[in-house]
This record gives sequence, structure tokens and C-alpha cells, in this order.
Amino acid sequence: MKGTYLGEFEEVVLLSVAIRSGDAYGAAVTTEIERQMGRSVNLGAVHSALHRLEEKGLVSSKLGGVTQERGGRRKRLYSVTVAGRRALEEIRQLRNQMWDSIPNTAWS
Amino acid sequence: MNMKPSPPRWAKRFLHLFCPAYLVEEMEGDLEELFEQRIRLIGARKARLRYVRDVLSLVRPSLRKQKPLEHPSPFLFRPAMLLNYFKIAFRTLLKNKVYSVINIAGLATGMAVALLIGLWIWDEVSFDTYHPNRDRLAYVMATQTYNGETGTYNSIVVPLEKELRSLYPADFKRLSMLWASTNVLAVGEKKIAQPGIWAQPDFPEMLTLKMLKGSREAFNDPSSVLLSESVAAALFGDDDPINQVVKVDNKTNMKIVGVYQDLPPNTTFRDVRFVLPWHNIANWWNTQDKDWRNHGCSLLVQVSDRVDMSQLSAKIKDIVLPHIKEIEYTSLNPMARWHLYSNFRTGRVDGGRIQFVWLFGIIGVFVLLLACINFMNLSTARSEKRAKEVGIRKAVGSMHSQLIGQFLSESVVVAFVSLAFTLLLVLATLPFFNRLADKAINIPWTNPVFWLLTISFTLFTGFISGSYPAFYLSSFKPIKVLKGVMRAGRFASLPRKVMVVVQFTVSITLIIGTIIVYRQIQYAKNRPVGYSREGLITIAMNTPELNSHYNELRAALVESGAAVEMTESNSPPTQIWSNNSGFSWKGKDPTTDPLFGTIAVTHDFGKTVGWKIVAGRDFSRDFTTDSSAFILNEAAVKLAGFADPVGKVMRWNGRDHVVTGVVKDMVMDSPFQPTVPTIFLVDYGWLNMIIVRANPALSIRDALDKMEPVFKKFNPGSPFEYKFTDDEYARKFSDEERIGNLATFFAIFAIFISCLGLFGLASFVAEQRTKEIGVRKVLGASVFNVWGLLSRDFVVLVIISCLIAVPFAWYFMNSWLKQYDYRSDMAWWIFAASGLGALLITLLTVSYQAIRAALVNPVKSLRTE
Repeated sequence: MKGTYLGEFEEVVLLSVAIRSGDAYGAAVTTEIERQMGRSVNLGAVHSALHRLEEKGLVSSKLGGVTQERGGRRKRLYSVTVAGRRALEEIRQLRNQMWDSIPNTAWS
Repeated sequence: MNMKPSPPRWAKRFLHLFCPAYLVEEMEGDLEELFEQRIRLIGARKARLRYVRDVLSLVRPSLRKQKPLEHPSPFLFRPAMLLNYFKIAFRTLLKNKVYSVINIAGLATGMAVALLIGLWIWDEVSFDTYHPNRDRLAYVMATQTYNGETGTYNSIVVPLEKELRSLYPADFKRLSMLWASTNVLAVGEKKIAQPGIWAQPDFPEMLTLKMLKGSREAFNDPSSVLLSESVAAALFGDDDPINQVVKVDNKTNMKIVGVYQDLPPNTTFRDVRFVLPWHNIANWWNTQDKDWRNHGCSLLVQVSDRVDMSQLSAKIKDIVLPHIKEIEYTSLNPMARWHLYSNFRTGRVDGGRIQFVWLFGIIGVFVLLLACINFMNLSTARSEKRAKEVGIRKAVGSMHSQLIGQFLSESVVVAFVSLAFTLLLVLATLPFFNRLADKAINIPWTNPVFWLLTISFTLFTGFISGSYPAFYLSSFKPIKVLKGVMRAGRFASLPRKVMVVVQFTVSITLIIGTIIVYRQIQYAKNRPVGYSREGLITIAMNTPELNSHYNELRAALVESGAAVEMTESNSPPTQIWSNNSGFSWKGKDPTTDPLFGTIAVTHDFGKTVGWKIVAGRDFSRDFTTDSSAFILNEAAVKLAGFADPVGKVMRWNGRDHVVTGVVKDMVMDSPFQPTVPTIFLVDYGWLNMIIVRANPALSIRDALDKMEPVFKKFNPGSPFEYKFTDDEYARKFSDEERIGNLATFFAIFAIFISCLGLFGLASFVAEQRTKEIGVRKVLGASVFNVWGLLSRDFVVLVIISCLIAVPFAWYFMNSWLKQYDYRSDMAWWIFAASGLGALLITLLTVSYQAIRAALVNPVKSLRTE
């Protein structure tokens, strides 16, 4: 399934959008990733990943209204679509399945 | 107070420069938010560094290419939009009826001229393509030099054919000697005289004659004949002509072995109505196969498939030299070049009809350009009227490209509407044009290539004529236009003026050209001919019966009252069929061997044609020595260098000839060239034509009616076929007259189109200045003042055009006139008259509008609602 293949960074971004659901925009997602992973991320990389996810139909976006924050500049709010959620679940299931298949003797 | 730390400004500017506009707001917001957070977390310096890094990371192709989904890119040629363009186009056309008519009429005439010229060029270029072997066929040419002039002709000696066959068997696939002649064909009581050709058995195969009956191979028999469809129909009607016998020239019976499809008008051999066998005793030329000096028939060859024509041409160059003393070169002239490159100068090809193909091609392009210019002019002139439309369209969200599309589609619609009129116009003028150009062109309705070309040519015209208005109109700034401050700058009308100047330059050049061509024709027509043409009739002697009864025939004709005099000669009075060299006389420069036109006549020639003796006397039966006498024309006297020619002796063919008289130059050859030096001699064994002077007391019809029974009596085997000398003479001008007529035809169209454009422009200007004229009238301007005001601009433009056109026309017409030795001068009044004529036409065109505008009651024009 070429179209819905998720790269590692894309997966992280998608998870962050889910974590900040309702308030997921470029800067918020960036800080979330930095907080969770403890490493610095480029804003450009995040935006480009968000655009790619949107093209794949895993997130949807709408332009938010004008607020008092950040000098009245509008932000684009992202939310995980049904397809996005399914993709995340599939990855998790695959991981679990693989964890479960590890024989006990492997760690000794 | 602590200054609040801020991100580096250059980075911000950089973002604005490289980030797509629709993303900038969002990105800037994100950047600022992160910056604020980071100041708290990692300090201002590091936060700034991260800011810069983020900015740089945002400038990446994946973020540049994306477009906002909220504004989908408008697809330019969406069907709904296209339909709307066409709808608007038709509405605009209907709303401005006068402009539409001017536009469409102008474009349609321009396209009609271009189409006619296109068809004509196609016809010229496709000449002889009827023959599949066209690229392999060639005439063998002989190049000779006499009197210092080199001539190249397809008239060659008969033994050349056997020589080529035996020396180069591998290079030539097929060869055929040809001799075109007019013969009388008789079947029972039916007799017709038609042009035909004596040819060898390979000939039908070389031309790939399309056989309707019989076969090309059957022509091998030296007593067989092939008939064209039309001749077969004339002789046999619906009966089968195959294996029937036809009597040729009332003496030889031949068997019809095939009927071929008539050759189309755009082939060299279109006049060949039947093919006669070369190897027949009735073909006199077939007996000349040992004579290496008698040029007269032509040799058509088909070069072998893999042989290069120009190399072969160089190979056979000196083939006749071993057999003759004169310098003569042989070469090949490919069929593909016969029609368009027929002129030879010093042995090389030097143009021909191809010059006219170019000339008319250029005229066609220019006339079409004039029509396109009209369209552009009117559209841009009316731009102010449509400026509001453009403003509103832009305000509502039309993009630049959409407006261009709209205006282009409008002009394409106009072009296609014009195409319909063009086709009607071409259909209506084609018979006239065919007569003018001596062609048989049809519109190839069923030819897909024709439609493809016509439609792409219409699209092209539409795009060209619509391009300038489209780009001009669509570039208006909506705010300015809608506010009403849209004022064309001082130079806005400059392109329009330039275009008017171009139009009139072309028109005036064409007028001057036409006048000069006609003047040249008239000049040559008024040239003194030296004999009287009226009532002179020539009859070809193509049966043996006519040859032997000279005196009886002459007596019978005079006695019948139909003729006052009769003579015979070897050429008709309007042609010189025979030229000879080898004359010598006392005082001649021995290094030269001049060529003289040699005309064999009977004693009565002078009296019949009415020549003028300037020295000595005419031939007379009273002097038996006159059988070896010469009469020279003035040009021949000059060439020979005689101070006192009468009584001088000239030696020719081993005999002495005494010059007994000198006649005034007679124009027997081209009226545009100097008179050919000609020698007249009495020779009753070398006669081809009967020349009759009809009785001036009778009408020509009555005279012919009386002559016919006399000819029937002496020559019962042939129909009575005659030619009028004045008709034949007039035919010498046909090429020039054709050019003149075509040039007039095109000039009229060019002027018509230019005037149409001018009319439209003038009406526009008058309309635009309505208020100004109203104010002027109120202040006391007369109708004449207003008329002058409106006409002045256009008159200035036409005068500029005159100044440009005159040197152009002078240059071109000067080089055209140079090809004629006997030519008229280019009088200054031609140029003045053309300029004045153009000015007059301009004034007439503009005045209608100017006077109409000047007569309007100022109350009406000044009232504002």
C-alpha cells in the first residue's frame, strides 16, 4: 500500500496532531514533538510533513479564525481523519503483533 | 524598560521573499509563537538562531508548490467558460452592427484574396505532379551562343537520341523524341484539327498516361495512335474506337490502340490530344536522324532510378561536340523545374514563373495583413468602450489569462464567421479569377488537407488579429478604469497610426505598380509594327494538297472577292520560326557568325502584309534573278554593317544572294524586344503558312464565308482552320496583361480593405469627439472647420504613406521594367497621381463621417442625462 505508507517522522507528527487534538497547528505540533522526544525539530520539516499527511488524506485542515494571540495571525488547525486513525492503529497492532511473536528466550 | 527581544528582521524579509503568499501569515505566526516560547526556555540568542534555522527550513520545494485548496486554479478552457466567451462574442457582434460588418467584410475579403492566391500558388507548385515519374523525367537541352547571346532550348538534333541510347544505356531508363504538331484527324466524314505529338513507344509509359481503353504497350506498333478521351469522343461518340482506323493529315491511315484520360490543365503536355508514332514515314523528323545541325524537336528522357540527374547532366555535356563545329553543350532540365524555372541566361536557370509565385505570395500575405490590421485597429480604438467591461470582469475575479482567452475567442469567432463569407466570396469570384489568371482552379471541397490548412489558417488569422487587442485590453487596471480616469496616453494611438500608414503604403505601392504595368503594355502596343495586321488571316498548310497549288489557290481567292492578296511563307507574320547562321559578305568580321531570322516567302508577301520598302525594291516576278535575292530589314542591315545595302552580295549555303531591298523593321517576334535582324528570301519549297489579306470591302465574316469553299475545293481532306493575325499579335501581350489584371485585382482589394478600416476608424474618432465638436460649434466653428479638424489627422498619415511607398515602388518597378528592352519610362506623374488618388479616396472615406459629425446639432451632442 504505497499511498498510505507512513515514514517514522510522519508517524510522530501524526501522533502529535492526535495528542493536541483540537489545537494542532504548526507551532503546537513542533513544541509537542520537542517536548515528547527531547530533541529539536525544524518548523519546515513539520509543515512539510503535515502537507504530505494532508495529501495522503490522513489529516484534514481548516484555517482558524483571527485571535488576539501571535499578533492576530491566523493558524491552520489540523485534525486526524478516520483514515489517519486507522493508519495509527494498524501500526500499533503490527508492533504489538511483532512484540508478541518474540520468543521468551530472545532476551536471555 | 527592557526591550522585548525580537527575531532578526532580515530573516523575516527572507521569508516574505521566498514563501508563497498564502502561507506567509500562518508561518509567521508559528515562527513568532515558537520564538516567544524559546526565549523563555533557551534564551534570546539561541531562540534567534533557531528562528533563522526554521525560516531556512521553510524554504523548501515541497512547501512552495502547494496551492491553497480554497482557491482552485481556474481551468482556462472549461467548456462552460468557453461557451460563455462565444456567447459574449456574438452579443458584442450583434450590438455593434456597423463595426461587425466592417470587421467581417474586411477580414473576409482579406482572407478571400489570401485563399485565392494560396490556390493559385498550389496550382503552380503542383504543376506536372499528375505524372508519377515527374522527378525522373527531363528534357535534353542544347545551349548555343550566337551574336554574343547564349540561349538554352529544348530544341535538339534527332541523332542525339540514338547516341544517348548507345553511349549511356544504364543511365537512361526510357527516351522519347517528341515533335508537337497540329494534325487533321479524319474518320469517315468527321474531321478535326487538333494539337498532337509525334512520340516514340516509351512516351505513354514515361508520362504514365491513364488508359481508359486499350493499353500503353500497344503503342509499339509504328502505325498505331493513342487518342485522348475528348478526341475519341469527338470522333466516335459513344462507339468503341479501339482498332478503328483514323486518317492523319489526309494521307496516312493509323490504327487506334488506346484511349487515355485527358491530361489536366496544370501539366506541360495538356495540349497533347493524341500521340502519333515517331517511327512512321509520315513523320518528317524521323528522316533527319543523320543531321547533327537541324534543331527542331525535343527529347524527353526518364533517368534510371538510382542515377543522379545533375551528375548525368554534367556527364553528357559534350556529347554533340565530335559531330559539329559550333560550340554547343547538352544538359538535362528536370521536369520539376520546367514550369517555374523556365528562363535561361547564359546557360543557367534564371528564374521564371517562380518570381510571380513569390510576388503574389507576398501580396497575399500583405493583403491579409491589411485585413488583420483593420481588426486590431478597430478593436483597440473601441477599447475605451469595453474598458468598463474589463474593469468589472477583473473586479469580479477574472484573471489576466482569462481575459486574454476571452478576447482571443472573440476574434476567432469573427475569423470563422468571416471564413464562411470568404468561401462564398471565393466561390463567386473563382470563375472570374480563373479567366484572369488563365487557370482552371477549383476549390478542393473534399480534400482534407485543404480543410486542415484553411481551418488552421483561420485560427491563425483569428489569433494574429486578436492578439494585440487581447493583450492591450486585458492589461487595464480595474481601479483606474472603473473610476473613469482611463485616459489613453499621448502615444496610445501611435500603433494605430503606424498600422494605417502600413496599410496605405501597401495600397499606394500596388496602385503605382498597376499603373506602370499597364503603361508598359500600352507603350509596347503602340509600337509601330511595320505592317498592317487588320484583315490578315493565316492558314496552316498541313496537307499535301495545299502545297502544290499556289497560283491556282491565289487566283481563286482573289477571284472570289474574299481576298485582295494571298501569299505563303515559312512562318506566320507574328512569329519567326527559323533562324540561321553561316552568312558571309564583304567586310564581315570573320570571327563572328551572326544569327539572322530567315523567312522564306513568295513574291506576293510584301503586297499581302503591307511592308514598307525603305530602299531598293520588293521581290518581283519580272526579275528571274529574284529567286536568289534577299530583302533585309533595317535591323539586319545594321547587324551586317552595310552603309548602302542595295546591290550587296551575301553568301549563304554555297550560293550568292543579292540584296535587292530593305524594309522597315516589322515586329514579328516579341514586341518588348528589339527587332530580330531578319532576311526574307523567295523559296517556293519552304512554305508552311498561307497568309491571306481579306477584302476590306467585306465584313470579315462574309470574307471567311467566301474563302471556305475555295479551301474546301483545293483541300477537301481538312477542315477550314484559320487564325487572325491581330489576335495572334494581341496574344503576345497576354502574360503582361495577366500580371496587370491580377495586380489590379489585388490593388482594388487592398484599397477596399484599407478604406474599410479607415471608415471604421473615422467613425470612431467622430464619435469620440462628439462633445468637443459640439463645443466648437457652439463657439462658432463652421462645418468646414470641423471637417478639416477630423480629416487632417488621416491626411497626414496618408501623406507619410506616400513618402514611404514612392521609393519602394520605384525600386521594384524599375527592376521589373529592366527585363524589357523596349520599355516605357517611369514618369513622375504616375507617383503624383497615385498619391493624389490615395488622398482623394481617404478624404472621401473620412468626409462622410466628418461631415455627419459636423452636421449634428450641438444641443444633441452636448446634452448630458
